[in-house]
Amino acid sequence: MTNALQNARETLLEPAGIGAPEIDRVLGRLLTARVDYADLYFQYARRESWALEEGTVKSGSYGIEQGAGVRAVSGDKTGFAYSDELRLPALTDAADAARAIARHPSDSAARGVAVKRAGAGNGGGDSVAPARYAPLDPLASLADAEKVQLLRRVEQVARDADPRVSEVMVSLAAAHDVILVARSDGHLAADIRPLVRLNVSVIVEENGKREQGFWGGGGRYGYPYLTDRDSDRAADYARQAVAQALVQLEAQDAPAGEMTVVLGPGWPGILLHEAIGHGLEGDFNRKKTSAFSGRIGDQVASELCTVVDDGSLENRRGSLSIDDEGEATGRTVLIENGILKGYMQDQLNARLMNMPPTGNGRRESFAHLPMPRMTNTFMLAGKHHPGDIIASVDDGLYAVNFSGGQVDITSGKFVFSAAEAYRIKGGKVAHPVKGATLIGNGPEVLTRVSMLGDDLELDSGVGVCGKDGQSVPVGVGQPTMKIDRLTVGGVAV
Amino acid sequence: MSARRAETAAAEHIAATAEPVAATAAAGTIANADTGQSTTEAAEELQRRIAAVADIALKQARASGASAAEVEVGQEQGMSVTVRNAAVETVEHNRDKGLSVTVYFGKRSGSARTTDFAPDAIRRSVESACAIAKLTEEDDCNGLADPALLAAEFPDLDLYHPWPLGMEEAMAIATGCEAAALAFDPRISNTEGATVASHQGVDLYANSNDFRGFHRSSRHSVSCQVIAGEGDAMQRDFWYDTARDAADLAPPRAIGAEAGRRTVQRLGAQKARTGEYPVLFHPTVARSILSHLVSAVSGGNLYRRASFLLDKAGAQLFPDNIRIHEQPHLRKSAGGAVFDGEGVRTAARDLVADGVLRGYVLDSYAARKLNLQTTANAGGVHNLEIAPTTSDGLAEFIAGMERGLVVTELIGFGVNTVTGDYSRGAFGFWVEGGAIRHPVQEFTIAGNLSDMFQRLTATGADTDHRSNLRAGSILIERMTVAGQ
Repeated sequence: MTNALQNARETLLEPAGIGAPEIDRVLGRLLTARVDYADLYFQYARRESWALEEGTVKSGSYGIEQGAGVRAVSGDKTGFAYSDELRLPALTDAADAARAIARHPSDSAARGVAVKRAGAGNGGGDSVAPARYAPLDPLASLADAEKVQLLRRVEQVARDADPRVSEVMVSLAAAHDVILVARSDGHLAADIRPLVRLNVSVIVEENGKREQGFWGGGGRYGYPYLTDRDSDRAADYARQAVAQALVQLEAQDAPAGEMTVVLGPGWPGILLHEAIGHGLEGDFNRKKTSAFSGRIGDQVASELCTVVDDGSLENRRGSLSIDDEGEATGRTVLIENGILKGYMQDQLNARLMNMPPTGNGRRESFAHLPMPRMTNTFMLAGKHHPGDIIASVDDGLYAVNFSGGQVDITSGKFVFSAAEAYRIKGGKVAHPVKGATLIGNGPEVLTRVSMLGDDLELDSGVGVCGKDGQSVPVGVGQPTMKIDRLTVGGVAV
Repeated sequence: MSARRAETAAAEHIAATAEPVAATAAAGTIANADTGQSTTEAAEELQRRIAAVADIALKQARASGASAAEVEVGQEQGMSVTVRNAAVETVEHNRDKGLSVTVYFGKRSGSARTTDFAPDAIRRSVESACAIAKLTEEDDCNGLADPALLAAEFPDLDLYHPWPLGMEEAMAIATGCEAAALAFDPRISNTEGATVASHQGVDLYANSNDFRGFHRSSRHSVSCQVIAGEGDAMQRDFWYDTARDAADLAPPRAIGAEAGRRTVQRLGAQKARTGEYPVLFHPTVARSILSHLVSAVSGGNLYRRASFLLDKAGAQLFPDNIRIHEQPHLRKSAGGAVFDGEGVRTAARDLVADGVLRGYVLDSYAARKLNLQTTANAGGVHNLEIAPTTSDGLAEFIAGMERGLVVTELIGFGVNTVTGDYSRGAFGFWVEGGAIRHPVQEFTIAGNLSDMFQRLTATGADTDHRSNLRAGSILIERMTVAGQ
């Protein structure tokens, strides 16, 4: 991390002629009498993407995003401004705009938060959080010509997998994100975040019927993660996408109504993200607008269920060495043996709720305000063999892949949409069914979990979470899970 | 709050860098700087600055050997103030700018984006795009729009009304809006606050065929979200208004009161009963049906064969009284534009007439792929509206409904454009004997879009004009409802 800090200083601050005295000066400008917390967030991100369709690598793009966000917090009030110019005058202007919030009296009681000015050396406050990934530049981890070759090879694997494949779309993307946070309590931290992703989308056609399949993955690695000779993940994604599409060709109408649902391991953990995760973010609970508000200590799941959010897993798409407020990430237990244990917090909400920050303060970019957000959210493994779980169901649905989900925090109602699912009949996986949305109630759904597999998996690295218009990469995971009753939104009554 | 797989390169962070430009892509249009009547001096100065950025980029593209190039340059600024429990909660100042450039070397292309307008940074971006272009493959359909189709006249669509909104004024408006919501009913128990936001910007599209067109636009909004009930029975809903001109916004107190009314209405919601029923889409969600149609007839999905409406031009998709038309030149409208994202002049047209699909939604690239002509839809449709089939609205449709559902909110991503299969989570009201009986939640509505289009029996005159997709209430004769 000290390395990251040095690197970030060289990338972000030195070219702009910004050093510790300048940071100190801007923070000082923000810290008027009523401001009890302030921070500066510097970012320099380079991103690229490459796309292949119809057998041709027909487009590529490259972009640079840089700037600084300036925030002043007074009680529960936040003033925010940003500049896409990394220059002192621009920062000073942004600080003047942000601190205007403090002219308005706060209705919350004085928090007694000690305000420390960043010391001139900034040495004492430097972060030493362990790095969860290498500070590499993924854009430079493979020659451009080899990126093009990779796209072609993935396409070929998909086409070779089955003659019914009619269209193949492959995209490859990478980001190299350098951030530095300077806080009014003297804390200074930086992070260098690589991220790569490969997506494969296919259309298959048979007798005039068309279906699609999708698979992808990645993480906080360089491109070689995708092409590593032993585990050729890129080729695996292509074959998975084709397999999923072919299954759909045989799919019958999905059932409509309540039934037993078995979820496969891995990405179906999107259930946890929607049903539980968002409702346990600190902001909603401080404001008491979540269906989980005031319920710490309550039983909200069957005792089989332990759910955590862990940003410190190595190299995961949802992982961060430090969050966007400079806080080290870690494992936060949300539900333990069915009992609600804790919330995910950023600085603002942790302080207002008198709870410790949990390293969940995240923002899409310097131009967005941080909020409590998930990182990698998953349920720990149970004891059952997955086959025994299927065998225990007489009539139900087995859903193994999903497209996306959404939740209404306040009423707790959530949905997630199956992209690959099967009927279970007499304890056996029967015919595939078409995609259908599953709907449930967050505080209720996990109380109906009656069996958990010993096969915990994390997803392959494709999740994007949206909240208040801000997108951040996330991960999910779970073992095979049996839910005794859930509403399945098919068409067959 | 939602999560989903990142299914395309553009779905994630790559898209985020494009936002400052894309946000104004559907904006209004004014004349070239020297002829615009309503041009303020500040805006003129801004236009000169972004024109200079475009010139540097286009010159560099030529110097780097590109045979053609196009650029989009945008700059916007704004402010957003949220008041919660009568006290200011957040004040956000936005100031975004961006340049995106696409270069062509014959039939090869590459693009790049930057937010840095320093001449060196612009040149470096163009060179990055050129380096990429040299690695991509020839694609016969690549290239700029046909010069004969480019807009030559630039009438003012009255889309630019900067609002010199001060923080104090914004707070007063938001406070009044929230107060009206909180006072609406004693069962309102909590609040997410009220937000006043104002944004304005200028966007330029220019290409190496000497086209240069400015879009200048403003957008203002007032919104409010409150919570009713306690514990397990909590419900939230919201209301908002948005306009090009702040003078056209609904009174803040009326917006707040409507947020309160909608929220309280949801109290006591039950699960819906599984079965097949008529489904009435409230105007605020009816426009989602238009968005599914647009997606299925858009060029990208057609040439990728990823649509259930392949080769359906000329087919009867809807009952014969349905008309869906595009009105790009509507003044002060959300989707007004004189030219599209590649400079092609827009014109009013019927996408669906007498229930028959009359064409597709194409840009130049997709049009070439399909051996058709562009429909001036690079960047999307412009004020697509479903025409009312009756002078009735939501209330009359409910009165005429023996048994069924009104849907007021939809959640989730359960729409498959390849097959038309549709399954989404919903909130709404149970109707029996021509009257609303109680609110419903935790249910899905499902069907296939082809069937839903055929069963679109009526569309109301209560058109919601706030959005680029404009619809009144829409009645679908029958869908599957899954609840308990």
